[in-house]
Amino acid sequence: MTARRWLLLVVLLAVACAAALAIGPVSLSLGDVARALFGEGDAQAVAIVRDLRLTRMGLAIVTGAGLGMSGAALQGTLRNALAEPYLLGVSGGAAVGAVVAVVAGLTASVALPVAAFAGAAGAVGLVLLIARATSGRTDPRILLMAGVVVGAFANAAIMILLAGAGEGAVRNALWWMMGSVAGADWTTVLWLAGYTLAAGALLLAVARDIDLLALGEDAAAGLGVRVSTAMRRIFLLAALLAAITVAGAGLVGFVGLVVPAMARGLGLRRAREVLLGSAVLGASLVVAADVVARTVRAPSELPLGAVTAIVGVPFFLLRLRRTA
Amino acid sequence: MITVTDAVVRYPAARVNALDGASFEARAGCVTALVGPNGSGKSTIVRALIGQVPLATGHARIGAFDCATADRRALARTMAVVAQREEPAFPLPARDYVMLGRYPHHGTWSALGPADVEAVDRAAHRAGAESLMDRRTDALSGGEWQRVRLARALAQGGEVLVLDEPGTFLDVAHEMAAYELLEALAREGRTVLLVSHQLNLVARFAAHIVLLHHGRVAAAGAPADVMRGEVLEPVYDWPLVVARDPAVGAPVLIPLKKR
Repeated sequence: MTARRWLLLVVLLAVACAAALAIGPVSLSLGDVARALFGEGDAQAVAIVRDLRLTRMGLAIVTGAGLGMSGAALQGTLRNALAEPYLLGVSGGAAVGAVVAVVAGLTASVALPVAAFAGAAGAVGLVLLIARATSGRTDPRILLMAGVVVGAFANAAIMILLAGAGEGAVRNALWWMMGSVAGADWTTVLWLAGYTLAAGALLLAVARDIDLLALGEDAAAGLGVRVSTAMRRIFLLAALLAAITVAGAGLVGFVGLVVPAMARGLGLRRAREVLLGSAVLGASLVVAADVVARTVRAPSELPLGAVTAIVGVPFFLLRLRRTA
Repeated sequence: MITVTDAVVRYPAARVNALDGASFEARAGCVTALVGPNGSGKSTIVRALIGQVPLATGHARIGAFDCATADRRALARTMAVVAQREEPAFPLPARDYVMLGRYPHHGTWSALGPADVEAVDRAAHRAGAESLMDRRTDALSGGEWQRVRLARALAQGGEVLVLDEPGTFLDVAHEMAAYELLEALAREGRTVLLVSHQLNLVARFAAHIVLLHHGRVAAAGAPADVMRGEVLEPVYDWPLVVARDPAVGAPVLIPLKKR
């Protein structure tokens, strides 16, 4: 039963990836794709698959996996099915960090995630501070409101930072704030994948703490969790994962919300399973969403964040109804 | 054994101390009950034992462990706590929930094994929760959930059990069964600390009662010493008499009408 679930997840990702490599302005058969991957066959097909679609798919996988795991960690630890990096303003904070870095002229694949992480960590801290100051214990509704407020503040900060920038920079920044995996190159993808693997592995290492924190803070303490240390660690890792995705693909909302719920819907229960399942499902979802984004109105592209939001918003409303 | 010595706790922004120099002992081999009015400091003591509130001064010890500094996981292997409220954020099969009690016995990557499954089965059997193991936690009634939580605490396997209001939501039969189980667990050599408002039940099952008032121990001793009108009336600030139960001979508190 469990093995079948994981097989399903892997098949899902494989199908999404095959679609991402085959579908586009030049449509290729799966045979063409396979040959092109090994550098054989038509030179144009090789260039399209290897240089364009594969890098793009790679960035989509990293983005989806990071957002999925970040959402799964936040939901378990905050005991809140509506928690996710975008709605909690964490992605917004990361965007501020990234924009500051870009304005300061730091655009290296290494530096951008670090700057984004600083912004994301700041946002997490701020959201929790606001939520706790208002309601002592973390009330899920107040937490979301704090997230919205911090997100709005981040938006304002970005607008101010961009007010002096040239028109080209504003256009770029705007596109990026709506999320996109279009500008992917191998150096960036590999750096981000490395960061994601490291942060993901650390999160898997504290997964049992997430299981226990999902019972409530006192219950977790009674079961051997050093609550404040564990929570700080998990929030920082979740912020780091979200920051990596923001550095690579901008603001892609709702993936972190939808994907852990799907993983649980598939019967995954323990945090470690939910994290891994969310990584695979998130990757599949973002790869598929990117295929939609670049084919629905071809030759022009829809913003990736808009596509995920169109899936995510109705889902959010359904969840909200069930929680309330 | 639980030893609390001159414990003082002050919550931030609170005007009075939640614990104000409380000292008591809960010995192995018997049930000790912690009673007192709302806000007298009972739950604060439980939270101090699990390291969730720092003591301004004083000590809380579980055997050789100091609760403030002990390795939390080692402490969780020695002491299992059933807190007042606890609910999985996302529903689980009850068996998976009880299995969480085994986590303190494992490191980060070591897999749960047959020994853990056996411990869970044994705990479920003792808590009378065997038939509930395949149900989901959100499909259990209040009383069933209490039994499953007790099973989780037993699966933890410690020498010390701390329970905050274990009788809540239980009907008469299940409540009596729960108290009898706690008494039996204590007789096997465990230390059982029971936080409860059910003075009459406590008076029958506990060997030792600690009465808290404004964060201090107002009285402590055998049920016959604590369950006395002149001791309880000023603490609860309500007219009451203590009679003797005609059936079992235990002291029984009867609150009177104020007018």
